Amino acid sequence: MLEIKNLHVAIDGKEILKGIDLSVKPGEVHAIMGPNGSGKSTLAAILAGRNTFEVTKGSVKYLNENLLDLAPEDRARKGIFLGFQYPVEIPGVSMVNFMKTAINEQRKFNNLEPLSASDFLKLMREKKEIVEITSSLTNRSVNEGFSGGEKKKNEIFQMAILEPRLAILDETDSGLDIDALRIVANGVNKLKNKDNATIIITHYQRLLEHIIPDFVHVLYKGKIVRSSSKELALELEEKGYEWLKD
Amino acid sequence: MSAEQDQILDQVTSNDYKYGFYTDIEVDALPKGLNEDIIRMISEKKSEPEFMLEFRLKAYRHWKTMKMPNWAHLKLPEINYQDIIYYAAPKQRATYNGLEEVDPELLATFEKLGIPLEEQKHLSGVAVDAVMDSVSVKTTFRETLAELGIIFCSFSEAVQEHPDLVKKYMGSVVPYTDNYFAALNSAVFSDGSFCYIPKGVRCPMELSTYFRINAFNTGQFERTLIIADDDSYVSYLEGCTAPQRDENRLHAAIVEIINHDNAEVKYSTVQNWYPGNKEGKGGIFNFVTKRGICKGDNSKISWTQVETGSAITWKYPSCILKGENTIGEFYSVAVTNNHQQADTGTKMIHIGKNSRSTIISKGISAGFGQNSYRGLVKVLKNADNARNFTQCDSLLLGDQCGAHTFPYLEIDNESAIIEHEATTSKIGEDQIFYCNQRGINTENAIGLIINGYAKEVLNKLPMEFAVEAQKLLQISLEGSVG
Repeated sequence: MLEIKNLHVAIDGKEILKGIDLSVKPGEVHAIMGPNGSGKSTLAAILAGRNTFEVTKGSVKYLNENLLDLAPEDRARKGIFLGFQYPVEIPGVSMVNFMKTAINEQRKFNNLEPLSASDFLKLMREKKEIVEITSSLTNRSVNEGFSGGEKKKNEIFQMAILEPRLAILDETDSGLDIDALRIVANGVNKLKNKDNATIIITHYQRLLEHIIPDFVHVLYKGKIVRSSSKELALELEEKGYEWLKD
Repeated sequence: MSAEQDQILDQVTSNDYKYGFYTDIEVDALPKGLNEDIIRMISEKKSEPEFMLEFRLKAYRHWKTMKMPNWAHLKLPEINYQDIIYYAAPKQRATYNGLEEVDPELLATFEKLGIPLEEQKHLSGVAVDAVMDSVSVKTTFRETLAELGIIFCSFSEAVQEHPDLVKKYMGSVVPYTDNYFAALNSAVFSDGSFCYIPKGVRCPMELSTYFRINAFNTGQFERTLIIADDDSYVSYLEGCTAPQRDENRLHAAIVEIINHDNAEVKYSTVQNWYPGNKEGKGGIFNFVTKRGICKGDNSKISWTQVETGSAITWKYPSCILKGENTIGEFYSVAVTNNHQQADTGTKMIHIGKNSRSTIISKGISAGFGQNSYRGLVKVLKNADNARNFTQCDSLLLGDQCGAHTFPYLEIDNESAIIEHEATTSKIGEDQIFYCNQRGINTENAIGLIINGYAKEVLNKLPMEFAVEAQKLLQISLEGSVG
């Protein structure tokens, strides 16, 4: 589904990713761990199409297409979802309006009729249960005045509605208390199936107790220095990243 | 003027002939220029009673003593007032019995301008009084309104048929001495709308007037007078569009509203005149004086405006809160893109006890646009417990545009409570990218964000207007980011 080959990425001439290789197949969950500044969020942003970065070398194939040639909105319409580390507030734009616009853009792209208002509201109701969020949240403006936990739940809620093929969750666990963490993790688990894949970017092993990854990769100074099974996460938790330095 | 336009004008006018406005017109336009003879001719063309001519002449003589105001945050061009045609009326010929006899091309023009005179309007319950080149051309729903005693007609017609009301109220809120453009308008105004809502009547439909400027080099000087008698209510819509044109044109309108006891008037505007091209060439100069007086106790005036057009906008819809417990509201969205300039805001004059006012102003600047909010809150000595809340937000798209805020407060009563909030923000790339990532392209993302920003104001518009205004906001900012 996703093939990253020798990806080099720079910002203002400074190289941040220095040759990433990663292969993700349908049905898989990959965890990418690593210390601050190792390039985790840059990887997520580059996959989603953020234009503040420059790809200097390498390629990314997604569903046999050159992902880097696609506009961010087209990537989204083709099923790439980024759960933001810091979801922005959009004052005055209701969640209902926002999500309705988003899903209908996606449907239009796939030559489907837009959802009727009643079908859309039904969909909202269904998906709300997955992340245990209340109507009061979806009646508010996008992320406006949301607590940290609410913002993260809201990301998973949007993911539930858009049903991406490839979800990239950028530190979705940061700033979550135990209950919110469980809810978010449950949401991700419920949405998982054999056709979609998830990349979880995280600092801590904590989230991986709830979402069991098939692979754990350690990103360090712009390179994946170690790839292994889920046990690697436990080892990291115990020994820290210093241990991988050599 | 092209033959096609000529034809359209002919048809339009002929359609209106049956109302008998202009039975004796042979020429299309008076010569260029402004002097007492021109004013006499205008008055004569319109068969006006003597008091109108006197009013015009007094206004003209006063105007001659005045100078164009330069206090606004605007780069004003020289305007040659002798190079303007002050009166143009279309010729009239045959008559039609109904819309089906009207040239489809004309109907298509109206359609493009968003003036659906035909059945859909009928169904949506809006009465339309279209002003095309200084002469009212079509009025619908008049019979329904007449049954309730509501008068809704062109200003010229009101002068003929209701001279007492005109004489009593015209200039009572905006005297011709008020300002330079008010004086000019009072001298030369050609037409406009007149509305009277009798005691205890709630107008059952939105009253709507569409203006446009079409004839070559013709300034347009409308005048609107709305009188709401005791315990009455009316919602009035004014929408403007103008076809693209390459020379600057002057527009100086006056709107006066008079509210008696317990009356409520809601006045909504969507202004979309030609703003000039990307380089700032052409476009309408829009100098408007709008003011309402809450004369009676417990009366209310609410101004809502969405200003997206014009090269220059100079406009301060205001409320004089004279009665006790009166309410004044001003909700505004003003967009300046490319080289557009807007200096707009309001004046809330608190005279009566317990009078309250709310000001919500949302400026949006893009390109090289300059957008200023200018607002006065004045509380007079006897206005005990007056309250004002002002919120004044500016949104910037890009780094070449400007947003400015000029709030004035003159408070002469210690019990007044005045609040002022102001913010300036930019549309963030983060916000746009967030939308992109959900599958929404940049253009739609900006539309979404802008409409979210302006929601408090758009929500005040009547439903059908709100939809139009949302689209307009997005269209007027197309290509300004990214």
